[in-house]
Amino acid sequence: MVPVDADTVVAGAREIKNALSAEIGRSGMADEIQVIETGSFGPINAGVIVAVQPDGVVYGNVTAEAVPEIVEEHLLKGRPLTNLILEGETPVPVPESADARHTQFQGRIVLDNCGRIDPERVEEYIANDGYFALGKALTEMTADGVIEEVKSAGLRGRGGAGFPTGLKWSFCAPEQADQKYVICNADEGEPGTFKDRLIMEGDPHKVIEGMALCGYAIGATKGFVYIRGEYKLSIERIEKAIVAARVYGFLGTDIFGSGFDFDIEIKLGAGAYVCGEETALIESMEGKRGQPRLKPPFPAQSGYLGKPTNVNNVETLANVPAIIRNGGAWFKNFGPSGTPGTKVYTILGHINRPGLIEVPACVTLREIITEYGGGMKSGDFKMAQLGGTAGDILGAEMLDVPLDYDNMQKAGHVLGSGAILIMNETVSVADFLHACMKFFLHESCGKCNPCRNGLNYLVEVSDRLKQNGAYEGDVELMAEVATTLKGAAFCPLGQSPAQPILSATRYFKAELEEAIDPESVRPKFEHTSVELAELTE
Amino acid sequence: MTIAEIVKERGCGRENLIQILHDIQDATPDNSLHEDDLDELASLMNIPVADVVSTASFYTLFSLTPRGRHIIRLCESPPCYIMGEENILAAIREELGVGVGETTEDGTFTLETTSCLGACGVAPVMMIDDVVYGNLTEEKVTAILRGLAAQQEVA
Repeated sequence: MVPVDADTVVAGAREIKNALSAEIGRSGMADEIQVIETGSFGPINAGVIVAVQPDGVVYGNVTAEAVPEIVEEHLLKGRPLTNLILEGETPVPVPESADARHTQFQGRIVLDNCGRIDPERVEEYIANDGYFALGKALTEMTADGVIEEVKSAGLRGRGGAGFPTGLKWSFCAPEQADQKYVICNADEGEPGTFKDRLIMEGDPHKVIEGMALCGYAIGATKGFVYIRGEYKLSIERIEKAIVAARVYGFLGTDIFGSGFDFDIEIKLGAGAYVCGEETALIESMEGKRGQPRLKPPFPAQSGYLGKPTNVNNVETLANVPAIIRNGGAWFKNFGPSGTPGTKVYTILGHINRPGLIEVPACVTLREIITEYGGGMKSGDFKMAQLGGTAGDILGAEMLDVPLDYDNMQKAGHVLGSGAILIMNETVSVADFLHACMKFFLHESCGKCNPCRNGLNYLVEVSDRLKQNGAYEGDVELMAEVATTLKGAAFCPLGQSPAQPILSATRYFKAELEEAIDPESVRPKFEHTSVELAELTE
Repeated sequence: MTIAEIVKERGCGRENLIQILHDIQDATPDNSLHEDDLDELASLMNIPVADVVSTASFYTLFSLTPRGRHIIRLCESPPCYIMGEENILAAIREELGVGVGETTEDGTFTLETTSCLGACGVAPVMMIDDVVYGNLTEEKVTAILRGLAAQQEVA
């Protein structure tokens, strides 16, 4: 927080504020750290003031030269610069509600180190129980024991589908092969979702430890992290973490003297949403077009290069070390019975505090908006899209339903990947659906006909609705095409456009129907005689 | 590095193809993959040319047509869209005088739209080369582009 008032402006507060923002942007923390212009909170004649919250540190007489140091030492490494601190000053406390709420839960499993440790120093991870779980598993537990522990924790895949992780591992474990693989799916492309990026940037070793544990459990000696090419900082952090883990012997041969070998390599994606689907991801890793494979055989039998392969999401793997360290029973203390543990959400849209939260999987949408998101930024709540673009659009009726797999399923919805996009009344449903369909059309891989052609159709119909020039029956038509896609498309990409469409037509049918223009008449499709002749030839 | 050297370093197994395509594109001044390079690559890796081209054309990070020195990737996914992506796109188009997929005459910028960049907390967002810019406004985006263009002239 940079107080900008008549006093400090002369001292260059605006420039310092911009320099801070730029420096924070360069260190890739622009999402975690906000530079806020505030009014004066007391101290005068102390040059440019910078308050860092929630640390409660106030700097005075900040110069442009000091900015990189503040960012590097304090913001990145958590070591305040004592020589710049203004003695006796306490900044205005951050609004109570959010923090009270955070401390009340105190239950971060995945993000417990994020923002607290230097992600590039393995020593700081070790000091926070890092690699303890790996040591425990390798020296005290059998591979089956690890799987049982994960099973008993009830951990479910955090990529969106929610498949029980322990069960998935147990499919791969008994396979006999000269080589098995663990793949960490870090091809996070679901619009609105960036939790995996922040986990990799904030605590990369946790992901590596989770992969090594999985490798031990299923008998794999080789792991890959498939990261999308756009995630430059994640790639860099994971790369450094792998090197550091090798130095300490957490990766390599004979880890902890147990005879277990495991090493990890990074594979870069090249920009394709569909590669988040595990078989498409494997195809892409093999250097091919990222098109999904027919299942079975499942990756557990025949995955990367035809070998048994286990694919898990970043967040899923990041849950594993804590489960092995504390036991499955401990993990079950968090969240409701059907969805043990916490869920990491990214909340965004028209709210005051967009960002990353980790909460037990039983909070409601209303709680998320008011207590974590700091309330609506402008206007009134109209709708939310849950789980990214492939997720459902929920109306105000759903504000008080707990967000866990079972409750959502009961209401006919899916929880998805963890993005929650909050929208106010300025967003038109048709306009928004059109943006969603354009996204799917762009990302469709072209393998199967329903997806390839159906999405063109959905873009066309939603565009008519957006332009208020829809034909009678267009809303039903859109729902029908979406339902066809849901049943006939080859992979989840083609099936999921049905989520936003069918939920939107459920909650916002009246609004969509307002876009019907009674004047416009659906053109009749008639073959000319020439075309007919060609067709019959 | 020549293509042969890249292939030698990464290995000629098919599973290295995408990494190799990244390497080749990064080493090409106009940020794209050239037909003759892909021909050479195909014969070095013993993969049909059609297969190499089809793979390269599948992924949005690869381009088969020459691009500018800086690549602007404006996110047009729903989270950025509702925060005003369309206005930002209009501002960029006006500033540069090019449409989506086009390169400025002086070869400085190529304008592309992209799917989610995973920085939705600061939407609307664009990425220029490796740097992400968030909380874009029409004024901000114009200033960023002018700044980069000025740097270009100095260099």
